[in-house]
Amino acid sequence: MWDYAKLIVLAGVGLLAAIAANYAHDLPYMVNAIEVAIAAAITFIYVLRHVGEDTPKTPNEYQDGVIRAGVIATSFWGIVGFLVGVVIAFQLAFPSLNLGNVTEGILNFGRLRPLHTSAVIFAFGGNALIMSAFYVVQRTSAARLWGGNLGWFVFWGWQLMIVLAASSYILGGTEGKEYAETVWYIDLWITVVWVAFLAVFVGTLVKRREPHIYVANWFYLSMILTVAMLHLVNNAAIPVSILGSLSVPVYSGVQDAMVQWWYGHNAVGFFLTAGFLGMMYYFVPKQVERPVYSYKLSIIHFWALIFLYIWAGPHHLHYTALPDWASTLGMVFSVMLWMPSWGGMINGLMTLSGAWDKLRTDPVVRMMVIAIGFYGMSTFEGPVMSIKAVNSLSHYTDWTIGHVHSGALGWNGMITFSVLYFLTPRLWNRAGLYSLKLVSWHFWLATIGIVLYAASMWVSGIMEGLMWREVDANGFLVNAFADTVAAKFPMYVVRGLGGAMYLTGGLIMVYNLWMTVNAQPAKASAYAAVPAE
Amino acid sequence: MQTYSFLRELADSWALLLLTLFFVGAAVWAFRPGSRAIHQDAANVIFKHDKSPGPLPGPSKEG
Repeated sequence: MWDYAKLIVLAGVGLLAAIAANYAHDLPYMVNAIEVAIAAAITFIYVLRHVGEDTPKTPNEYQDGVIRAGVIATSFWGIVGFLVGVVIAFQLAFPSLNLGNVTEGILNFGRLRPLHTSAVIFAFGGNALIMSAFYVVQRTSAARLWGGNLGWFVFWGWQLMIVLAASSYILGGTEGKEYAETVWYIDLWITVVWVAFLAVFVGTLVKRREPHIYVANWFYLSMILTVAMLHLVNNAAIPVSILGSLSVPVYSGVQDAMVQWWYGHNAVGFFLTAGFLGMMYYFVPKQVERPVYSYKLSIIHFWALIFLYIWAGPHHLHYTALPDWASTLGMVFSVMLWMPSWGGMINGLMTLSGAWDKLRTDPVVRMMVIAIGFYGMSTFEGPVMSIKAVNSLSHYTDWTIGHVHSGALGWNGMITFSVLYFLTPRLWNRAGLYSLKLVSWHFWLATIGIVLYAASMWVSGIMEGLMWREVDANGFLVNAFADTVAAKFPMYVVRGLGGAMYLTGGLIMVYNLWMTVNAQPAKASAYAAVPAE
Repeated sequence: MQTYSFLRELADSWALLLLTLFFVGAAVWAFRPGSRAIHQDAANVIFKHDKSPGPLPGPSKEG
């Protein structure tokens, strides 16, 4: 019965999408509608072929299939995102790479940039968060994922969102909001998938057979809830037509700017920090085989982060039309954020106390430690840059881009890589990773790549900021904007090389994970030699 | 404008006080007597149910 309802809904969606494609007002909408129709058709055929099949009920087994798919998707989108990043880095150094007269603007920097940011944050980071949340919540709750195949809906729904967003961006669909460029109907779809994610996560917590809710789950849950709230408020918009991708935001002027950066900074704070801290609090203790250094500190870390982060957004709008009190508030809370951030860093690092020798023997632990180190460094740099006097120099310059990447490449990227290295042998039941030596290669390529990236952007950003404000004895500006662009060329090339090294490291990881699954012997079953008694 | 002034004043006074008290309360609660054993127990949850949730039903006894 349920299968027939699904088939009717899927057929309806496919038909409506095909009609919408026919009457579409603009290209991104038409292509997206065709994609939705294709996705509905594929799902329809899949459901049709499995009508009436009984899914085996195995409540005493974990649902790991969707996590395995998540590991593959995370690796795949990671490479895509890094590759697009390297391309746009070299586009900035060599503008002819925009290929404007060949591709009619489709591969311009302006189109590819949101593709890069969304691919790394929402495709790579989002898949990493979803799959690791599913892994952690099952293991710490001693319960199978709630909702049957709802976990699979979350997985495929998220991939569909990524494909829709990517094709929409390069064809010119955008809302013009940074890190929330997706147009209105994709926003609605994100909401549906995200609510399903919340339901699966909370459902599993509710049926847990372990009295405690382990602290990593607190971070994951706060991430899910806050991102839902941020997404809904920031994307409040009225579509111009149901058959087009254009929409009008409900806010205007400085309110719109403030809502955007309230969203933007908390996307960093909750998507890229709280969620990934959830990973840290589970996978670091697991990999070093010791409980977290201080559980009390982790609780205080959690509440302090929750209470402070949400106020830090206005520091993106210093010296604008935003009221002075609001930007001062943002600055003060950003500086206060330093404390929980470093409390969390210390908690993560000190988990290794008594096991520091693992740094020498286990490159995965090394990767976790450098991730936590970069978490500490970028959460120190951030508060410094949020101070108005510093911000007047750093804002709008490459320093900001360097800061973002030391956080994203160093903290989010490295902790995700270490989680992938942790999960792959376990999920595919392999004796261990294919090659630890290749992990070391990945580690050093990525680390040196980040150092090149961050260092070149510091030089470029500070130089650019100083050139912009330089005035001569008569009070005239000394430099034209184009002068700063010309002066940044060597730093742009170095940045591109750093990115290329990071991408190479990622490719080595994918090869290593592939060989782990395909060439490593299966782990001897733990049950094989257990006596019957 | 009146709504703005009202909300602004509420945020500056009672809401700020309540949020601060909640935060301080949460921090103090973490250090309450007897919390050490509970926290130790919670911190070790990650080492308990690696392979499977264990035999059902009822609270898991696998450890």
